[in-house]
Amino acid sequence: MVFSFELLLEAVLFGVLLGCFYAAVSIGLSVSFGLLDVPHVAHPAIMVFGSYCTYLLGLYGLDPIVAGVVLMPPFFLLGMGVYRFYYEAFEKRGSEAGVRGIAFFFGMALIIEVGLILAFGVDQRTVEAAYIGKSLAVGEMRVPLRFLVAFAVAVVLMTALTLYLSKTFTGRAIKAVAQDEAALRLMGANPVRIKQWAFGIATSAAALAGAMLIIVGPVEPGMDRVYIGRTFSVVVLAGLGSMTGTIAAGLILGISESIVLMHFGASWAPAVAFGLLLAVLGIRPQGLFGR
Amino acid sequence: MKFWIGAAAVLLAAAVAAAALKNEYYFFAGYTVVMFVVLATAWNILGGYAGYVNFGTPAFFGLGAYAAAVLFKATEAPLALQILAATAMAGLLGFLAGLLTLRLRGIFFAIATIALVVIMETLFINWRYAGGATGLQLLRPAPTPPFESYIKMLFVVMVALAVGAVAVARYIETSWVGRGLRAIRDSEEAAECSGVPTLRLKVFACTVSGALMGAAGATMPMYLSFIEPPSTFNLNYAIGALASPMIGGTAHWLGPVIGALLLSSLQQVVTVTVSNEMNVLVVGVLLVVFVVAAPDGILGLLRKWIRF
Repeated sequence: MVFSFELLLEAVLFGVLLGCFYAAVSIGLSVSFGLLDVPHVAHPAIMVFGSYCTYLLGLYGLDPIVAGVVLMPPFFLLGMGVYRFYYEAFEKRGSEAGVRGIAFFFGMALIIEVGLILAFGVDQRTVEAAYIGKSLAVGEMRVPLRFLVAFAVAVVLMTALTLYLSKTFTGRAIKAVAQDEAALRLMGANPVRIKQWAFGIATSAAALAGAMLIIVGPVEPGMDRVYIGRTFSVVVLAGLGSMTGTIAAGLILGISESIVLMHFGASWAPAVAFGLLLAVLGIRPQGLFGR
Repeated sequence: MKFWIGAAAVLLAAAVAAAALKNEYYFFAGYTVVMFVVLATAWNILGGYAGYVNFGTPAFFGLGAYAAAVLFKATEAPLALQILAATAMAGLLGFLAGLLTLRLRGIFFAIATIALVVIMETLFINWRYAGGATGLQLLRPAPTPPFESYIKMLFVVMVALAVGAVAVARYIETSWVGRGLRAIRDSEEAAECSGVPTLRLKVFACTVSGALMGAAGATMPMYLSFIEPPSTFNLNYAIGALASPMIGGTAHWLGPVIGALLLSSLQQVVTVTVSNEMNVLVVGVLLVVFVVAAPDGILGLLRKWIRF
């Protein structure tokens, strides 16, 4: 094992790119789980579903980023539908939603995963675009262009969502419903409709994240299982519902994963996200930027 | 008393079947079905009684399997010792994981248990002696008489384990431990205020549940004559262990048994007649349907018509 400065620098640079990508795939979960308290284990599965939709649109010659944006409105509706169903089936009935709610989303993730296997098979799928496969030389290092593209999209997505939640009326209402649902009801607003809206936004963010996922690398149906760990670890590390925290946590995860990848080998990398998660849960359960 | 007569009858039936039936496939398939009875019963001790969702079944199951395999590789220990070692190791993991994570509520605990699976898998992928990523080939010894084939012996052993697991779960359910766990599920604050030692009970439940899952995994290396990390730490075990009690009913020890028997038999049939993917789809759909439409599972549905 050689610790050279260049290697470390390269690992950090790559980690920043990877980290922004992780933050972007987690930001939808940060809304649905962090703010709305919905145990949305199926978030990564919906994201992978988004990747496959991007792949399908790509067959008609659509650029993956454009495809991701096109997918956002239908996914918004899908998310509203999912939340409505979850609300009617669990939240409305009140107590003991915990166990069954988790089991419900777990079952949903399974159905999506197997549905994708039945429709597309277990082979990996990729998309074609001008920027995929090329790389940019920065001094001695080569940075794959696909990561830069995903990085740019991630930054735009996160900035937009952060501004939306802090500046607009609906955005603030979403934060309010996270803080005190009863108070919101007293103000004459309908918390269920706001939550439904927020869940739609979270799901459309998952669609765009899915497009980024297939830009960054090949996608297969079983991929959501790894991303359950990564996304939840980012959201928990961030402190539930904190947007700036999500970005910081994504960067921490990305950089530590890429350092481990380069210095210890690929076989240790999957444990990084989960090790980090366990450590945070054990030491500081409220996360870095927790309320 | 009725319970023990029933338990003896089940054991006797398994032994008679092993002596009478010639076709080994029945035992090969039956082994998996009974294994899921053990896993579901074990899962229900923490998940059903206390309401803590555990996705970590593969971590305990896999640790049990690897404990048995490594012990066998090192010392050629007999099957009984392997099971003992597996149970002890998985129980220890349950104890430690419980101490670390059971202070967390609901979904956080569930996510932490997924973390446990990935960490265990990574450890075993990187452990050369246990075969690493390529796995370990194991040579089955001759079956112990009176059994003439190893698969039949494993089947009977698994039935005995299932009876033992159900007896443990039943004991916990009817004792003060079960009452405490149910109090935790209904309201942890209220239980704590009423003097229920919540953390101690939860750690106890997690230890017992983990130990039983480890016992279920102990015979897996001998069943397959092979062990490797991806299939041993497969999330499908978590799915089966979670879905069976949800479908059968979590409140009574009979729930996971019914759920596992139905679900795993169905899975065996679907895997053979249609495909392995379809089998996972069946579990997913059944899980969602039952969780939404029949929150108390099959037992809850039955209870509406028959009082017992």
